[in-house]
Amino acid sequence: MRWFAEWLDSHPWSTALHESLHMYPIVESTHVLSLMVFVGTLFIVDFRLLGIAFRNMPVSELTSRILPWTTLGFVVIVSTGLMLFYAIPVRTYHSIWFRFKVVLIVAAGINAWLFHRRMKKKPVIWNDDPVPPLHVRASAAVSVLVWSCVIICGRMIAYNWFDCDKQQPAWVQFLAGCVAEDLIH
Amino acid sequence: MSLYDLFDSLERGPIGEAIRTSHWLFPVIEAFHLIGLVVLGGAVLVVDLRLLGLGLTRQSIARVTNAAKPVLYCGIAMMFATGIPLALSEMIKLYYNRSFWVKVTALTVVLIFTFTVKHPLIRRENTNRLLLFLIGLISMTLWFTVAGSGRWIGFSS
Repeated sequence: MRWFAEWLDSHPWSTALHESLHMYPIVESTHVLSLMVFVGTLFIVDFRLLGIAFRNMPVSELTSRILPWTTLGFVVIVSTGLMLFYAIPVRTYHSIWFRFKVVLIVAAGINAWLFHRRMKKKPVIWNDDPVPPLHVRASAAVSVLVWSCVIICGRMIAYNWFDCDKQQPAWVQFLAGCVAEDLIH
Repeated sequence: MSLYDLFDSLERGPIGEAIRTSHWLFPVIEAFHLIGLVVLGGAVLVVDLRLLGLGLTRQSIARVTNAAKPVLYCGIAMMFATGIPLALSEMIKLYYNRSFWVKVTALTVVLIFTFTVKHPLIRRENTNRLLLFLIGLISMTLWFTVAGSGRWIGFSS
């Protein structure tokens, strides 16, 4: 994977985007605004599934009418996220925050997949219940928690506390996959 | 006392001082500011999309607005609870930061607009549909301006 990050880094456009006076901030801001759309609408559905908001509306109403906007936000946030990675590939690849973030996104994806699979298999008899069953609320709670952690990790990528070019304890070097040539001893 | 002096004394206060001297307080509060953004953004979007004739169109506008209100208030509370400490830690930088003033202006306008125009007109049952559409458009534009200029504070130094 490191070779891939280095290969991206060797692209002139990668450097151009990173050092661009306007493009990098614009892509970064679009990433944050699409976060608002993506996780914002997702949390509305999750709050309904938790039984803490929109309790008087059918669950199917929210999933069918709101989740398309979540998907739209997701497309924009992934696109801009890939561009941000492309701009700073090697450092981001070695960022422990980025690594946590990717693992958490996969976990959130599995949680959502399991939920939708179960929804399809069993008839949803709790569609109009103000407070859905425990397994539904548990799934929504996991979603809110994991996505919040994704946001926290994403924000922390900007800070260089655990970068490989600084003196780091062994566990950080291990998690960040630091290679000898980058380390300061 | 000038505005500058006020900002200066606020920055020197205990909260600003504590955040400035810590390595991790600012980033952590900032991360929770983003979580607040998401909660607030979700509550604003469902209502404004509905006003634009999108999203929860099978529910009445008043119903969607009322259902979203607790989430909206929760989001606003989270944003102020995290945003004020963040601002207190760098008042002088903000004083000279154009994005900050754009954000504060848009935020003031949108809050006044929401509680004195948007919500009362939604409560009134016979409000013109085009007017409601415009309200949704204005609200969404203002909130996106608040969020965008808020992010831009960190880019312009």
